[in-house]
Amino acid sequence: MTTETTAAKRTALYDEHVRLGARLIPFGGFDMPVQYSSILKEHEAVRHRAGLFDLSHMGQFILEGENVAQWADALTVNAVSTMKPGQARYNIFTNEQGGALDDVIFYKLPDRWLLVVNASNAGKMWAHLNAHLGQGVKLASLHGRNALVAIQGPKSVEMLAPHVDIDISALKYYFCAEGSVYGKRAVIARTGYTGEDGFELFVDGADAQEIWNALLRDNESGGLIPAGLGARDVLRLEAGMPLYGHELTEEITPVQAGLNWAVKLSKPDFTGKAALEEQVAQDAYPRIVGIVMDGRAPAREGYHVFLGDRLAGEIRSGSIAPSVQNKNIATALVEKEASAPGTPVVVHIRGTAYGATVVPLPFYKRS
Amino acid sequence: MAQPADLLYSKEHEWIKVDGDTATVGITDYAQNSLGDIVYVELPKVGASLAQFSSVGVVESVKAVSDLFTPIGGEVTEVNAELENDPALVNREPYAGGWMFKVKLSDGAQTGALLSPADYDKLIAE
Repeated sequence: MTTETTAAKRTALYDEHVRLGARLIPFGGFDMPVQYSSILKEHEAVRHRAGLFDLSHMGQFILEGENVAQWADALTVNAVSTMKPGQARYNIFTNEQGGALDDVIFYKLPDRWLLVVNASNAGKMWAHLNAHLGQGVKLASLHGRNALVAIQGPKSVEMLAPHVDIDISALKYYFCAEGSVYGKRAVIARTGYTGEDGFELFVDGADAQEIWNALLRDNESGGLIPAGLGARDVLRLEAGMPLYGHELTEEITPVQAGLNWAVKLSKPDFTGKAALEEQVAQDAYPRIVGIVMDGRAPAREGYHVFLGDRLAGEIRSGSIAPSVQNKNIATALVEKEASAPGTPVVVHIRGTAYGATVVPLPFYKRS
Repeated sequence: MAQPADLLYSKEHEWIKVDGDTATVGITDYAQNSLGDIVYVELPKVGASLAQFSSVGVVESVKAVSDLFTPIGGEVTEVNAELENDPALVNREPYAGGWMFKVKLSDGAQTGALLSPADYDKLIAE
């Protein structure tokens, strides 16, 4: 794999994005669609029908060998060894301080593992994995060669089912299977980053255009529309899912991000375990919380959060939230004293103080 | 795309409609389209004295915060209160219901520094 270059690369679906009138921005080394029609329209489609996403910028690595699970268990916070074939699991690679190198998903297939990493971290993770390769672990990159198409929304099953050769309605959340979509080989996973039901289709780059266009064509009357990274960010924020670089960084640990459910301190050892154990034991760390603004001014990344007169933290992500009564929601990294749900805080926006309240995450849960 | 012929335009993509010694200010269709879904508009206060081309507020889309500049100097006489509850009005009707504020002109000659509809068309075609 080549490392990130300054010139933006194109996914296999680039021509389709241009044809569909997408607004393209450089993201994670690729020219990616931020929106096609309107972020709010695309968000609405995903919450009520379905949206189609090109996520081919994300890093796809293949792991093979008898020691993959044991090896990965030592580099990550969640349990890999206990995964069964056909299972997918969220995980986080950590540094010695417990900070997050990347948050990822492992997909265990019968004869290999698929590891999906963030586009912005693909180069770093490729280097990290190679630097730690052990016996019985083989690593290869499909980044930029394979495509990833996601269909997300409550109508995903009915839209996708007629065009696949496996029973996707029987596929459980966070499970995956090998099959075909429109006759093309695919790993079909019931995973996503929107808070809705949906599937992620890992396909050969050469087949991506045909699958993308066929899904849009065959589900046009059902309301399937292409959706960009703008809608995806609003959807994931409402669903309380962390975005690397915002709620998780090399300085913000999974414990601070509130991802303790994914941190298996019962594992014998893993990179950063001691630091995370100490963090949990002392319980004094700044942590990620949900914030809802009282008024209509949006909270944005970097804005300062005050507890009374005292600076208590800063906003890490913020957006208007159509699925949360159109309120302005945000995540903030705040000191423990400001973190209890119900705590009134103040967000400074362009020199003016605006009232806000700490709330539990997620902001939105599908019914 | 032709711009409304009875308006003048700024390089920052605002329009004004002059009516005697007052002017109504908004952002252009090109501007609202570039911004995308507008979710918040912060306007100057009634009574505020504005210098031509200064930053007087913000227009926020889902993804971004943009400065709002005034194409003309003067005292703010009225702001569009509708935009507080329905900022998307700027997307739907940039030249009508989505107007932003009105000013009493401090110097009518300032309009000489603005663009005609044809010149603005050229600017956005670049």
